Formats: sequence, C-alpha cells, structure tokens
Amino acid sequence: MAGHSNYVPQSAAAKWLESRLPVISLVRGSFVDFPTPKNLNYWWTFGGILAIMLVAQIITGIVLVMHYTPSTGAAFNSVEHIMRDVNFGWMLRYLHANGASMFFIAVYIHIFRGLYYGSYKAPREISWILGVVIFLIMMGTAFMGYVLPWGQMSFWGATVITNLFSAIPLVGEAIRTWLWGGFAVDNPTLNRFFSLHYLLPFMIAGVVILHVWAFHTTGNNNPTGVQPKTKQDTVPFHPYYTIKDLFAIVVFMILFAWFAFYVPNYMGHPDNYIEANPLVTPAHIVPEWYFLPFYAILRAIPDKLGGVLAMFGAIAVLFVLPWLDTSKVRSGTYRPLFKQFFWIFAVNAVALGYLGAMPAEGTYVILSRICTAYYFAHFLIILPLLGFLEKPKPLPASISEAVLKGGSASPAGAVSAPETK
Amino acid sequence: MSTMIKMVRALTAAAAIAVAAPALAAGEAPHIPREQWSFAGPFGTYDQAQLQRGFKVYREVCSACHSLKQVSFRNLAEDGGLGYTEEQAKTIAADYTVTDGPNDDGDMFDRPAILADKFPSPFPNEQAARASNGGAYPPDFSLLAKARAAHRGFPWFVFDAFTQYQEQGPDYIHALLTSYEEEVPEGVTIPEGKHYNPAFLAGNAIGMAQPITDEAVEYTDGTPMTVDQYARDVAAFMMWAAEPHLEERKKIGFRVIIFLIVFAGMLYFTKQKLWRNVEH
Amino acid sequence: MAHSDTAEPTRRDFLYIATGAMGAVGAGALAWPFIDQMNPDASALALASIEVDVTSVQEGQSVTVKWRGKPVFIRNRTAKEVEEANSVPVGDLPDQLARNSNLPDTAEATDANRSAEGKEAWLVMVGICTHLGCVPLGQQGDYDGWFCPCHGSHYDTAGRIRKGPAPQNLLIPPYEFVSDTKVKIG
Repeated sequence: MAGHSNYVPQSAAAKWLESRLPVISLVRGSFVDFPTPKNLNYWWTFGGILAIMLVAQIITGIVLVMHYTPSTGAAFNSVEHIMRDVNFGWMLRYLHANGASMFFIAVYIHIFRGLYYGSYKAPREISWILGVVIFLIMMGTAFMGYVLPWGQMSFWGATVITNLFSAIPLVGEAIRTWLWGGFAVDNPTLNRFFSLHYLLPFMIAGVVILHVWAFHTTGNNNPTGVQPKTKQDTVPFHPYYTIKDLFAIVVFMILFAWFAFYVPNYMGHPDNYIEANPLVTPAHIVPEWYFLPFYAILRAIPDKLGGVLAMFGAIAVLFVLPWLDTSKVRSGTYRPLFKQFFWIFAVNAVALGYLGAMPAEGTYVILSRICTAYYFAHFLIILPLLGFLEKPKPLPASISEAVLKGGSASPAGAVSAPETK
Repeated sequence: MSTMIKMVRALTAAAAIAVAAPALAAGEAPHIPREQWSFAGPFGTYDQAQLQRGFKVYREVCSACHSLKQVSFRNLAEDGGLGYTEEQAKTIAADYTVTDGPNDDGDMFDRPAILADKFPSPFPNEQAARASNGGAYPPDFSLLAKARAAHRGFPWFVFDAFTQYQEQGPDYIHALLTSYEEEVPEGVTIPEGKHYNPAFLAGNAIGMAQPITDEAVEYTDGTPMTVDQYARDVAAFMMWAAEPHLEERKKIGFRVIIFLIVFAGMLYFTKQKLWRNVEH
Repeated sequence: MAHSDTAEPTRRDFLYIATGAMGAVGAGALAWPFIDQMNPDASALALASIEVDVTSVQEGQSVTVKWRGKPVFIRNRTAKEVEEANSVPVGDLPDQLARNSNLPDTAEATDANRSAEGKEAWLVMVGICTHLGCVPLGQQGDYDGWFCPCHGSHYDTAGRIRKGPAPQNLLIPPYEFVSDTKVKIG
C-alpha cells in the first residue's frame, strides 16, 4: 500500500511519529499520492461508494443496537420502539434497512464493472478473490440482519436458508440443528445471528483492507486494461479521485435518500411487519431482492442437494474466474465478441432475479433452468473458448494514447502532467 | 458529460433491476383500486380531521375485536398525527381501563389509562380472541397498513419506486371494507361462518362479517356517514398508527435531497475545475 | 497543491471554500440524529411523572418508589424527627441550600423548605447520595436520618448532609400532594 509517497515529514512531531509508526506516509502513499490511472470512468467510483456504504451500515447498525433487544419475545417490539419512540429512530432504521439494498446495488455494479473490464485477470486475481470473499460475507451479514426484526419473513427466511444445510449428506441434519441451537429457528438462533451480524461487518472491513492493498500493489485496472507506462498515464489519487469519488458518492446518496425517506418500505416485504409466527408460513416466501438470482438457481434444480450445490457453485465459480477467462486482453472495450456475451450475461442475471421472485411452477421453472444453465455456461464454456476464438481489437500503446484518440475535441497540447504542481 | 449521462442511465437501470420483485407472486391477486390520500407523495401530510374521524370509527367499531398494541395514548397528542392537545389525549385515555399492578397486596388492579399507557387489547390473548371470533384471529391494527399489500406485478412495481406509491396498505383496507357482497357468485363456495369479499387477499372468504354500515358512526362535522367514507378514514388512521413519523420523514427527506442535489452540483463544478488540465 | 496556476484564482478558491463549507454543514446536520438518539426517548419521557398513594404510610414509616428509574423516599416523619431537623441553625449546615425543585434555587435549607408544603411531617426526596450515586440507608447514621454505606455520608432527618464526602443535601424532586393521600411526583 505504501511506497508511493514522497512524503518527507516537516514538523518535529511528524518526524517523531514517522520514525516510530509511519502511518502518515502509509495513508499518503495509499490515498493521497497514490498514482491512479487518469482514465478511470464513473464505474470506478463504486469502490468508494461501497466503502462509504460499509461505514454507513456499521454506524447506523451500532446505533440501532443501542435500542434493539435480541430475544424472540422482545425483538419485534423493540424494532417498533425504535420506529416510534427513539429520537430519529425511524430514520436510523430506514437508513440501515435501505442501506443494505443500496450496498448490494453498488456491489453488483462494482462486480459487473470488474467483469466487463477484466479486473479479475492477472495480476489482480487476489484482489478479485478477496472481493468474492467480501461478497460472500456481505450475503451472510445481510441474511442474518434480515432475521433480526423477527417478522414473518425474518423467521421463514431463516428457516428456509438454514434448511439448505440439511441437504448435505450424512451431517446435514446435525449441522442444521447446530445452526439453530434447537429444533427450529428460535431464541438461540436469533441470538447467534445477532452476534454474527454484529461481527461480520468488521470482518468485511478487514478483508476490504486486504482487497485495497492487493490492487494498490498491482495498480488499478482501467478502462483500457493497459498498464500505466509513464507518469503521463496517472494522476495522484488526491485531489483528482477524492473529488470524483466524492461527487459520485453524493449522487448515490440522492438515490439512497429517495428510498430511505420517500419509499422506505419499497425494498421490504409487507409480511415482515407481522410478528414471527412459527405456526403459519406466509403464502409467498421471497428472499430480499439481492438474493433472488441465487434463489432462482437454487429452485431450478429439482434436487435438494443439487440445488444447494448449484447455488453455492454460482458463487464458487467466481473464485476461479481469473483462470477460466483465457483471453490475453483485459478490457471488454477491445473484445467485440466478449462484449456481446457480457451483456447477454447481464440480462441473464437480471432474468434470474426476476424468476427468483416468481413462483416455482410451470414456465418459470423451465426458464429458470435455461437461465441457470446459461449462467454456468458463460463462465465454464463461453469465457474459456472466447480467448481462442475472438480476434481482439488492437490495444492502444498507452493510456494517454487511448485518451487522446477517444478524447474530445480538446487540443493535444492540453495534456499537462499533473505532477507539475 | 456523456459518462455522466451513461452513469445516470445505468443507475436508473440498476435501481429498476434492483428493486425488481420484492413481492411478486402467483395467483390471481384481487384488483385493489388506487385511492387519493392526503399523505401520499413527497409533500404528503395527514389530514388531522380525517385521522380523528378514523380514530372514532376505530374506537366505536373496530376496537371491539382489533387491538392497537403498539400505539400509546401519548401518541394521540404528538406532532404529525391526530392533533389532539395533551389534555384531550388524557381525557381519551381516562375512558380506557388498563390492568396494572401488582399492588402492595400482590394483586393486579384496574385503573384508568394515562398517557404513557398503550391501548389495551380487547382480548387477553390470541386464544381468547380466536374463541370469540369463530377461530379467526382479528389482526392487530398498529402495523396493518404496512403489513398488507396487493401484488403489483411487472412493470408497475418498477414505476412505484419513482411515483412513490407507498399506500398499498390503506388502499387495500379501503377496498376490503367496501367490497363485501351479499350475493356470492356462482362457482364460489363460502364456508360456514365466512363471508364473501373479493378484495380479501387470502382467498375470497373472510372471517370478519361486514363490520360497518352507513350511519353506524356519527360524524358531527358534516362528513358523509357512508361505509366508503368510514373505510377511507379508518384506513388513514391505520396508516398513521403504522407510520406515526411519516410527515417528519417526508419533510426531512425533502431537505436532505435538496441539500444533496446542491452539494452534488458544487462537487461537480469543483471536480471539473480540478480536472480541467488533465486529459482523461 | 498550490493553486497558483489558474487564471481566475478567486473564483476557484471561492468554489472550493463554498463546497467545503457545504460539506461541513451536511456532516454537522448528519451527526445530530446519531447524537440525539441516545437522549431519553418518547416513552421514557412519558413515564416521567407518577402518582403514589400514601394512605398506608403511618407516622414513622417510609415508602420507596421508583421514579425515572431512581428511588424516591417518601417519609412520614415523627414529631421528634421534625424537631431535630428544626433545631439546627442553617448556618451550621455544610450545604445551606434547600435543593428543592419546587422552590427557587436560592431557598435556604430550613426544614420548612425541605418538607412538603403545609405538611411538615412529610419528606419526599430522591434517594440518591449526592456523592457518587449510592442509595443511603434510612434511619441510620449519626443524625438519625440517612447514612450512605458507600463512602460514609451522614444525612439528618431532613435529608441534609451533615458529615462525610457528599457535597449537597438530598435532592427534592418536583412533586405535589394532589390530595391528602396522593403524591404526584414529576
């Protein structure tokens, strides 16, 4: 992370600190002087947006815990207490609940950006893999968080998801009972989910540091996929990307505020305003929207274990993606065939999300199977083959060249090195 | 700038995709007509007179079976609600009896309610409620306006995020109360003790009989005393009961969004200034 | 970064400052809900007043009730206790202020200013030692009043500090006798 700073401590205090703990040069090297490709587009701002969303979720979450009671008898009422009595409690809870959805919107855009521009390819495999780890922990965190209000969807969502583990041969039943701490989702389950829901975000924060460390070691990818060659190709992170990211973050906050203040229950399910009842299952159990594509894959396979394996496989395949894509070219911009398949894949993913919300019957099942098959085919067949079949467009010699070619009408002489401060 | 446009477009698309289908499901969902509500939209506020009428309907009719567990008497005097003064709310509370205790002798005792008390429930527990209602459990009213919604289906649910349609609950309550039909259509069998109501979400046989008739509750302000009006008023009251901070929420939300738009604009120009010498 | 390479430094500087100020205002406004949420909520404030029936409290007896999560001593004092309390000149007291929420802050710590208005046998006070918050024991200590076991503060029969580390007399909460047998606290 460090090593990019030409920081020389000036004051005596800074020198004293720097010789004992070089934290100033670490931060400067990572987020101030860090040379960043100058051609990053707005899709790259979602990393910063995600960092802010993680912080926002942690802060609102810590505050909500000050008023929440994790007990089957009291959880639902304590959430209502937050909504009705606690000063600004309704705001904090709506921010937290909608924040989860915003977090997933941002993470999906971030993932698709990585997919399109080949950010997973060498030398950034570790960064990509850590990203998939973050995504997995996020899903676990979101799932357990949704259980905490102890509404009908909380309870039955927890029941259905924990039952997935019973599909594991031999030890499945034992694992399920172990997860529950009983013979059904009950108070012990709620308490451990609460504990883990509090813990996991800090684990995400830890992996995020590794994730950033990894791509700061290799350097950022960029829309051309061509590594920066000279100083002309990069700008210091601050102020160029701090301001650009900040602008994007505030724009994203407008969307967030729209949901949290105007349609706060849009992403939720009405049944979760009914207290959990272990004797009655709601007519239509639907997971939160961000799980729908995976839920569709789960239901597409007419076998319990097979469905569970397919669902986890859908994420597992992302871990090996860097080695499935055989193309020498990183960026989708220079891969005419890949570009088309990328968009088909994106549409397919949305379709899976839609099918996940539909009942598992009739045509929906058939369509789910086709989409599931395509999902895996994209990674396991199309990407490996494309590398051999596709003839990529010529790559630019450098980022600066690409910028000038594709750039606007500004005179070429206007390219001034930002290093000349 | 084209990246900006692209990004906005992408965000919009992402939002549309993202919000897809939290609550879509099978079956022929009953058609719930959309009504006009004073509290709809970005500047919506509750109509105090309507909430007071709705509360009267609740008190005189619904409260015989339906509890209002999450609501306290003090809420009646809070801002953004029914608009009662604290004295009026105290008087209302004093009409209710709550069980308190134990006293020094270890006995529970009844006393008039005070502002800090929640609305007492008509039945001591669910079993008692079921026993008195032919096995059906009259749901608690405090959150019902947020706990019921007819499925909107594609593409309507996409638009709802932008048109801020959040009144499915009150629409449904209004539709339910005004859709009772004496004549059961052919091919529909209604079990003994149930009542035909095509608006009922969980099938068309509902345990609750038509709860209210024209002129059943007296309005003194000249508002028409019809089932339709009663349904509207009680639905509005229930929306308030479920979302007592709605006005504050929308008011703060408006300020937040205006602030963010202005701030985003300033950041955009700052960014343009900073980047103007860099070809990118 | 130095901003000397620009043709219009004033406008740019103004833009930076204005944007920064806007961000600071936003951050400040955002902080408030997160701070205010820790203040007593609406349900806590609603319970701020209670009514206590004292019919059964005979002379020489006390009851302790909970008000805002704290013990409140209600004592029907004996004639001897009242006399003892009256016999001390205010000037001899470590804390010469009444500490009575129903009276002005400057009221003197006479027994009349400490006991209930028109009912001098009755003493209503928050049972929290003014030293570090322990609950004093009744009818104990060197002055037959209250004694705090934590750090040895002695209060007299009017709840005034007489000896020990406590700086102030026991606080008298806002209260009134709504009838002869009913006290409303808060």
